[in-house]
Amino acid sequence: MTDSTTAPAASAASTQRTPSTRTAKTLAEKVWDAHLVKRGEDGAPDLIYIDLHLVHEVTSPQAFDGLRAEGRPVRRPDLTIATEDHNTPTVDIDKPIADITSRTQIETLRRNAAEFGIRLHPLGDAEQGIVHVVGPQLGLTQPGITVVCGDSHTSTHGAFGAMAFGIGTSEVEHVLATQTLPLTPFKTMAITVEGTLKPGVTAKDVILAVIAKIGTNGGQGYVLEYRGSAIRALSMEGRMTICNMSIEAGARAGMVAPDDTTFAYLKGRPHAPKGEQWDQAVAYWRTLASDDDAVFDAEVFLDADELEPFVTWGTNPGQGVTLAGAVPDPASMADPQQRASAERALEYMDLAPGTPMKDIRVDAVFMGSCTNSRIEDLRAFASIVKGRRKADGVRVMVVPGSARVRLEAEAEGLDKVFTDFGAEWRFAGCSMCLGMNPDQLAPGERCASTSNRNFEGRQGKGGRTHLVSPLVAAATAIRGTLSSPSDVASEVLV
Amino acid sequence: MEPFTTHTGVAVPLQRSAVDTDQIIPAVYLKRVTKTGFDDALFAHLRQQPDFVLNRPEYVRGSILVAGPDFGTGSSREHAVWALRDYGFRAVFSPRFGDIFRGNSGKQGLLTGVIPEPEIERVWRALAAQPGIEATVDLEAQTLALPGLAVPFEIDAYTRWRLLEGLDDIGLTLRDETRITEFEAGREAWRPTTLPIGTP
Ligand code: SF4
Repeated sequence: MTDSTTAPAASAASTQRTPSTRTAKTLAEKVWDAHLVKRGEDGAPDLIYIDLHLVHEVTSPQAFDGLRAEGRPVRRPDLTIATEDHNTPTVDIDKPIADITSRTQIETLRRNAAEFGIRLHPLGDAEQGIVHVVGPQLGLTQPGITVVCGDSHTSTHGAFGAMAFGIGTSEVEHVLATQTLPLTPFKTMAITVEGTLKPGVTAKDVILAVIAKIGTNGGQGYVLEYRGSAIRALSMEGRMTICNMSIEAGARAGMVAPDDTTFAYLKGRPHAPKGEQWDQAVAYWRTLASDDDAVFDAEVFLDADELEPFVTWGTNPGQGVTLAGAVPDPASMADPQQRASAERALEYMDLAPGTPMKDIRVDAVFMGSCTNSRIEDLRAFASIVKGRRKADGVRVMVVPGSARVRLEAEAEGLDKVFTDFGAEWRFAGCSMCLGMNPDQLAPGERCASTSNRNFEGRQGKGGRTHLVSPLVAAATAIRGTLSSPSDVASEVLV
Repeated sequence: MEPFTTHTGVAVPLQRSAVDTDQIIPAVYLKRVTKTGFDDALFAHLRQQPDFVLNRPEYVRGSILVAGPDFGTGSSREHAVWALRDYGFRAVFSPRFGDIFRGNSGKQGLLTGVIPEPEIERVWRALAAQPGIEATVDLEAQTLALPGLAVPFEIDAYTRWRLLEGLDDIGLTLRDETRITEFEAGREAWRPTTLPIGTP
């Protein structure tokens, strides 16, 4: 007979770490422990409270359908917010969406948000945009909170010292219904970047170098904490770029301890605490940094002074070199699996070993995505292209991460800089990051992209992607070949 | 979720190994926005072959699937479980399952029982002798019984308990609802809410 009151231990439980036995804690452990609704026993997962649930049209329909089937309400609509991003068109946004699947997903989200009482920022709204741009910009993403979204790049929000990670559709349903998730503790990895970045080297180059170093599986099972003087010196936008791509290193999440840069970014944002509550919040946020004697399960070190602008040559984000480098020769790779993957990648990318990266011509430049579409990214891009013309035959798309970023950019006159340059200035959304809407590469087309994934077909069937920073994207758009910002007049560098 | 104690229905011999989730439900069906109505998508490509087992009239109403080794391997799509469930399957037996598929099944009320290959083959022979006969799955006793043949199956204790109790993940968590409410009562007032600004 079964015992109906107690559960046998979960079979798939892992005993990766036992946080309760450590007195000194890392940032990740502090946030985790502050959200424990129930500590799992006998290897069962912990039950973790979720402070903020971001919803978009692609991974939510079945979750809402599941709630409906079981007659369950959304437990905390006041901790939930939805926006439209993956499928939204970035031109003619006032016209009906042509693609039927896209239109259905968006209409379904609108119906579900209305039925379940969830705040939605639809296409055309000033706060519409990529979920990972919208949360921080509204001041909803705050230090020490837990954030989830049915999207792997939820790791972006870790830049504020939040524990933020992507979840699957059934977990979306679970959070909607219970505002909690059963989770097994993650391991912790410290990634320390000390020193000063050279001019022209940005957060994007740091994270591409990290991934090239630890590999696309190097972070598996870990929460990464980025630390060191080079990280402290970064703006919030830069930290978001780094945390965003933690997922490309295989990690569940990335985090940066909150500091004065974080507080200055948050202060005065619509949902940031006000008055006395602000002081209480800041006092708490200051306690979140990893304790000096906290132990990480793994540690990685990088020297910021040595980093150069980076670019990928292959079909995963770990296949990258500096722009001054060349396409590597698979024959020189000792690991047979790595060699086979490089051979396949070069065939897909149509590149010969030994080709200098700067000799590679592109057909398109995509400036956008949740990695690099915030106002600072657009300013960086504009600082290089201002007063110039793009290379002939290169299509340049600039897609702001949110409608708010678009408005800000226009107020600063950046739109004029882009259009004078010959770029297309578009409406907010994921756009060519994943080519779910009509913004896609044609087969064989090559693109320098500020997004985060260079998988086969990611930006359109047969499309070839080189991941780069906004500065490298700008220099490339000017010269038509992959270029370092220093190749186009160093005096305009930010 | 409905509790699973015993189930009696038509047993279907799927005499194939390594039926991955892409065969269970091809990728083109993943674009839908519902969680139900995937019955037509189940084995969509295999069903185009006239001699595929589910195309035989005696198996059309099948609800117990008896498959070869490595069932449900490959991509983690939850739709594979939805499609089996929507078609009417309550239980699947195989000598080996893909891990993620197995995890997803247990969460959604589809029983996955492990039966060693020689026993699976005995079941196949028994079904071939009498196509369309009913079998009974007894989760308490952990047996799959056909007329004249009963084979034991394995299932981990935790999943078995959840199936017997009819607890999906959410149901399981909601058993701790008092704790969730208590936790919520202790949350600091300054933590963000998404309520439109100006709403108390
Ligand atoms: S911009 Fe790209 S990576 Fe970011 S959420 Fe959209 S599709 Fe995903």
